[in-house]
Amino acid sequence: MKSLKYILTGVLFGIVMSKSEAISWYRIQEMFRFQSFHMFGIIGTAVLTGVIGVWLIKRFGYKDTEGSLIVFPVKEKGWRRYLFGGIIFGFGWVLTGACPGPIFVLLGQGYLLMIVVILGSLLGTYVYGIYRDRLPH
Amino acid sequence: MTQPWPWYASGLAISAIMLLLIFFGKSFGFSSNLRNICSMMGAGKRVKFFDFDWKAQRWNLLFLVGAVIGGFISKQWLGSGSPLALSEATIADLKSLDIPFDGEMVPSAIFNWQYLFTFKGMFIFLGGGFLIGFGTRYAGGCTSGHAISGLSNMQLPSLIAVVGFFIGGLVMTHLIFPLLFS
Repeated sequence: MKSLKYILTGVLFGIVMSKSEAISWYRIQEMFRFQSFHMFGIIGTAVLTGVIGVWLIKRFGYKDTEGSLIVFPVKEKGWRRYLFGGIIFGFGWVLTGACPGPIFVLLGQGYLLMIVVILGSLLGTYVYGIYRDRLPH
Repeated sequence: MTQPWPWYASGLAISAIMLLLIFFGKSFGFSSNLRNICSMMGAGKRVKFFDFDWKAQRWNLLFLVGAVIGGFISKQWLGSGSPLALSEATIADLKSLDIPFDGEMVPSAIFNWQYLFTFKGMFIFLGGGFLIGFGTRYAGGCTSGHAISGLSNMQLPSLIAVVGFFIGGLVMTHLIFPLLFS
């Protein structure tokens, strides 16, 4: 039954991504052309309410369902990997019109072509793993 | 429910998902799954980066399975039946790139098997996927891990990553697309 809650949260994610149209190739184009507030509104609302939520959790020291105090991972310092990796991902995001989550949601919607994008992304992840030590981080 | 959701409802729902995972003792970051799948397929035998206990990430893989099911449910039972309300300006811009707007989630002019097996099609789907996999792991996260989780926790590295996402996205849209689709 423990597995079920993760599957259900994923189902909710798939529905939200679909109904918000954040999985749409067109919406990504619209965002990067600054021709609609839609995507900015989605990300902005999520971040704003997320900041409040995270602050409240820290402020009141909430525990998770396993009973341990909730701690937030601190991201490793630096800028190179974030900027360079970010730009590379940005290229792929616009080319396919999807980030990793939506790729799988679109697959569920029946766009079987996404299998090719998934294969490409696994290959990219694997190649990163090979060259990781030689890249500036 | 079947109508497209407004941005504020969608944004709220996304942060609710993030908080739900936090309360489960996990964190919201989808692209980690690409690494998990590589490891699951045995990549750890050859490359150290994939040599970890992927079973500890089983919850995230289940989340992925749920996301696929959620997509299916939305398409089968929650569709509005009306075309996507894309802005007129975007429709006009795409028309000049020879990508007609068809009101679907993705343009059928590009998203078809015939187009896939062209040089451009391979570049877009296989190449684009490659850039997503390589870039997200290099940056240590994607839209969920950095833009939502990281920014919610006010992490400077995540802000740098999101700036990177936008630089890449803007360059691709405004400089490379006109060359690619000319």
